[in-house]
Amino acid sequence: MSETLQKGRTSARDTDTSAPLLSVEDLNVRFPTEDGLVHAVRGVDYTLRSGEVLGIVGESGSGKSVTSLAVMGLLPASARVSGSVKYRGQELLGQSDRAMSRVRGKGVSMIFQDPMTSLDPVYRVGYQIEETLRVHDSKLSSKAAQARAVDLLTMVGIPNAAERVRSYPHEFSGGMRQRVVIAIAMANQPDVIIADEPTTALDVTVQAQILEVLQTALSETGAAMVLITHDLGVVAGIADRVLVMYAGRPVEIGGVEDIYYEPRMPYTLGLLGSLPRLDSSTKQRLTPIKGSPPSVVNMPPGCPFAPRCPLHVAECDVTEPELVEVGGGHTAACIRIDEVRKAHGEAAAVFTETADDRLLGSEQPADRAAAAGTEDAGAPGDPVGERTDPTPQAGTGSLLDPTPSTDGDRR
Amino acid sequence: MTATREPILTVRGLEKHFPIKGGGLLKRVVGAVRAVDGLDLDLYPGEVLGLVGESGCGKSTTGRAILNLQPATGGSVKFEGRELVGLDRRSMRPLRRDIQIVFQDPYASLNPRLPVFDIVAEPLIIHGLTKDEAELRERVRTLVETVGLNPEHTNRYPAEFSGGQRQRIGIARALALEPKVLVLDEPVSALDVSIQAGVINLLEDLKERLGLSYLFIAHDLSVVRHISDRVAVMYLGKIIEVAPRDELFDRPTHPYTQALLSAIPLPDPRRERTRQRIIITGDVPSPANPPSGCRFRTRCQKFAGELSETQREKCLTVEPPLESRGPAHQSACHYAEATKVL
Repeated sequence: MSETLQKGRTSARDTDTSAPLLSVEDLNVRFPTEDGLVHAVRGVDYTLRSGEVLGIVGESGSGKSVTSLAVMGLLPASARVSGSVKYRGQELLGQSDRAMSRVRGKGVSMIFQDPMTSLDPVYRVGYQIEETLRVHDSKLSSKAAQARAVDLLTMVGIPNAAERVRSYPHEFSGGMRQRVVIAIAMANQPDVIIADEPTTALDVTVQAQILEVLQTALSETGAAMVLITHDLGVVAGIADRVLVMYAGRPVEIGGVEDIYYEPRMPYTLGLLGSLPRLDSSTKQRLTPIKGSPPSVVNMPPGCPFAPRCPLHVAECDVTEPELVEVGGGHTAACIRIDEVRKAHGEAAAVFTETADDRLLGSEQPADRAAAAGTEDAGAPGDPVGERTDPTPQAGTGSLLDPTPSTDGDRR
Repeated sequence: MTATREPILTVRGLEKHFPIKGGGLLKRVVGAVRAVDGLDLDLYPGEVLGLVGESGCGKSTTGRAILNLQPATGGSVKFEGRELVGLDRRSMRPLRRDIQIVFQDPYASLNPRLPVFDIVAEPLIIHGLTKDEAELRERVRTLVETVGLNPEHTNRYPAEFSGGQRQRIGIARALALEPKVLVLDEPVSALDVSIQAGVINLLEDLKERLGLSYLFIAHDLSVVRHISDRVAVMYLGKIIEVAPRDELFDRPTHPYTQALLSAIPLPDPRRERTRQRIIITGDVPSPANPPSGCRFRTRCQKFAGELSETQREKCLTVEPPLESRGPAHQSACHYAEATKVL
């Protein structure tokens, strides 16, 4: 296998085996829109070492998928991409589509989120796997390609693979299709697999199966993986290092245990505190993060998390903090790292447990928000206190206490 | 917790079968998708009952059938002793004041052409609950404040709000008639985690303040554990296990509950990497043609691994009924056995 692998890699002369497998430097992606330039990715840096699993987490709109599409050269032509993406020392940005095709699938392959749309509905799954194989190895006979397709399907756990290669995607369930997609991604023994939300569209019992298959794919191919997900549970299980993205930038990078047990960026801490825990019987209040992620059009200066941050001080609005080293290989972009450190991963030490969206900072204009803030604090009879500290009066409480008139007609 | 009290909502043998029509000219009915197939539930006053299951197990259909939004094809739903199954829209209307629903998708469940005021006021107007304009304004204002939104924003349209805020508007609309029971159909699954937490906290507060009962339908067991008092697990249109919250999570007895709990990744690297995982094979079978006997047997780790040929015979032929496994704990398995999986 490794022999064909070397032969097939036509771009091998450009690569440098001592360089990191994949290194992304100052990656920026801008999309021109009617509202102005959307700066979706604002300076992403990471390196991926061989055999490593890097988890990229973030909420929707944080730029995690766009980052990986930029790495693969799959963004629409209108996107303006700058920075550098190097695969084994070879620059990928600015390469022609033809040159990229030699890297895609062979050097770096990708697994997409939605198994319903990432396979071509009019071709048999076997053909789609064979196509991937033959595109990188023109000498491969069709018989050998077929045999390899069956092998690959068996490897990803599809029963009766010899018969199922002749099926069309619609004959498979979602979980089975995702297995096929994984088989295609690992077909050419890539060095890097980028998996973009590979289990998000699946049920939990199927997700557990697919995560196992992914682990198999990694051990079979020896590939490193970039796993993009919003599920902090999935990352906890298989990532070696974690990169947390917010508003198009990495805000914290570190080993998986550092990120989960000793986060240094308030956003990471807040995310962990908003998660209900399956393994805890104590009914601990969740700590939501106020507001919503910023729009990446015309970002104001300063830390993008500042408007939502409970540790916000005036200095936060001056310049956007750079990632600073906080311990072995652990970096965070925050000027109040010491305060976050004292929380030791306990979000409640920093975040409030309110349920009120006004206290959680709805999208009011800044001046109005400030006015509401003073009102809430001062005005007598304001119901905010009651709301944040609910008085249990089960069964008798009426929603419309202030207007008792028509309540009488209720049974 | 409320076992001695009378249930506020009683569901017995609920069935919702969707006909499968043939392709011919006559569109004859050739079969049925048994989305909900004989389901029993009790909801007690002031209680949160979590209803969990994977996609396609019939949990949303159950919610809609209880509200008569999709009329049940069989069984009984009693609210405070009154039968709801078979009621037409007209006779159902007064009961809508007592049972309301919050839908999953806050982007699809609010009319984009109505300002928030009209959305929240609509139920009050339909039911004629306010005397005049001033009172209506006051009530809408109170409702919007109750869900933690700024009452000055009620002249805005749904598009001007974020997902979490829209879900709050949906909750305000559901609360407008002061219902006793709220069916929450995946109320937070369309939201990002940092926003989801605020809505969960709100639902907890409202329940305490207003003495509501929730039927909380969700696929996310972590959310369900957080908010529920009791939890019912559904598989292919039936309840397969129901128990008080901690009892279900600490001592699940049905193999499916065990597999489901074990499949959920924990956001805790050390625990996640050291735990034993039960991985069940295959996908949920089609509800148009459920397996004979026990519906879970085709994927059951116990059936495949532990049972002898003679023991399996019972799974193949006899459908297991819900049987008691302890105080308020029932499960439907011939060979149920409490196991700790978390």
